[in-house]
Amino acid sequence: MQTPSQNKTPVGLVVAFWLLVGIPLIWGVSNTIITAAALFK
Amino acid sequence: MNQAVTRGGFFSKERITAGPGFNRWMVPPAALAIHLCIGQAYAFSVFNKPMTQLLGISESAPGDWTIPQLGWIFSIAIVFLGLSAAFAGKWLEEVGPRKAMFAAACCFGGGFLVAAAGLHLHQLWLVYFGYGVLGGIGLGIGYVSPVSTLIKWFPDRRGMATGMAIMGFGGGAMIASPLSLKLMNTFKSDTSMGVTETFVVLGVVYFIYMCIGALAVRIPAADWKPEGWTPPVQNNAMISRNHVHIDRAIKTPQFWLLWWALCLNVTAGIGVLGQASLMIQESFQGMITAAAAAGFVGLLSLANMSGRFLWSTVSDYIGRKMTYGTFFVLGTILYLLVPGMGTAGHVALFVLFYLVILSMYGGGFSTVPAYLADLFGTRYVGGIHGRLLTAWSAAGIFGPVLVNYIRDYQLKMGIPKSDVYIYTMYVMAGLLVIGFICNMMIRPVSAEHHMDIENTAGEPIPAAAK
Repeated sequence: MQTPSQNKTPVGLVVAFWLLVGIPLIWGVSNTIITAAALFK
Repeated sequence: MNQAVTRGGFFSKERITAGPGFNRWMVPPAALAIHLCIGQAYAFSVFNKPMTQLLGISESAPGDWTIPQLGWIFSIAIVFLGLSAAFAGKWLEEVGPRKAMFAAACCFGGGFLVAAAGLHLHQLWLVYFGYGVLGGIGLGIGYVSPVSTLIKWFPDRRGMATGMAIMGFGGGAMIASPLSLKLMNTFKSDTSMGVTETFVVLGVVYFIYMCIGALAVRIPAADWKPEGWTPPVQNNAMISRNHVHIDRAIKTPQFWLLWWALCLNVTAGIGVLGQASLMIQESFQGMITAAAAAGFVGLLSLANMSGRFLWSTVSDYIGRKMTYGTFFVLGTILYLLVPGMGTAGHVALFVLFYLVILSMYGGGFSTVPAYLADLFGTRYVGGIHGRLLTAWSAAGIFGPVLVNYIRDYQLKMGIPKSDVYIYTMYVMAGLLVIGFICNMMIRPVSAEHHMDIENTAGEPIPAAAK
């Protein structure tokens, strides 16, 4: 629920923090999906 | 007097109270930074085999550690997770999330370094103490530390907020497993399995990552609420606007009914998780290879992780009691149907049913903090959540023991391997029926347990006595 007053935190900083946790998570998930693909071979 | 002193120390609650322009969406990644690290615990098994060859390198030599000896490392960590979450929860509420997260980073990262020393010196007790005791304490404090903060930032979406963080615990193993394997391959040499070096790298990386989370976390001002949001009119008796003190909460039947509901839901799921690879291979003999079974385990991990976010978000709309009720009803039906899928050879349905079951296992963890906040209020939910997590420790012991015991008993009775899981699934369904009854018995907390809102530090004053 974004509001004008809450937007004072730089959006770039919020995005950077999400990337900091999102990139390793996506890497881990994609590795798991590659492993899981063996079930369908 | 300088500003730092006026506002309290670096770790104080005053120092991390957010100003009016703070964007609350900064807080979930701070919480995720902690949970993605401590979620490594579920990937610890990747070290088991290399740690049995630390002396022999190419194969186990006399004096090398055995798998049963190494199994204690994870068990000790889970026990200390439960104990530290139970005992540190109250402290967490007093000191705030930054200090608690930093303490978790020191214990978890430091635990890896102490364990690395134990590996280098080949002293198993030091590994037990490092990863098991210190690391376990880091796990417990880290698990509960961001939860109450998120609930306070997202009063309009309690379930979704805690689901985001606790999803990280499920995702942490997916990062740690391939990362650990890559690091061990990098450091492996003719004289080393690369485990010690991997522990050092992981300890340092996790410490830094968790410290970033501790630095980023903020708590809302006491009178803060999302702009444009007003607390809903009290039309749902299951969502309390009062607060219950930690020490008082554990004296209520609601706490113990929820303790059993969580314990039984986790017992059923953990029993499956530990046996998943063996179970699908024995249920479909000749049809499922070891590699395909590993793929099945990977899919279950994905379902566990995504279920943590999806079910807790759903609970914001249908309510926590209904969500838990769904886990128990749907879970019971699926556990009863799964053996039939195995017998009939329906691999796809077998996999699908287990994916739903594991999503509800994860959902149980992520929905419970919001359930507690609804019942006991938000003021001490972190501490109450910590004490409830002893249900997890109990289930961690009870679940695998139950599944292994039933399996071994049936094998001794001469039942074919392909059929041994049938009765196990029926027992799991029975546990979920008991869990359903516990959940249905949960009612709003009696007013006699509510705190006097002005007496936040001391013993609760029963509202009725005022």
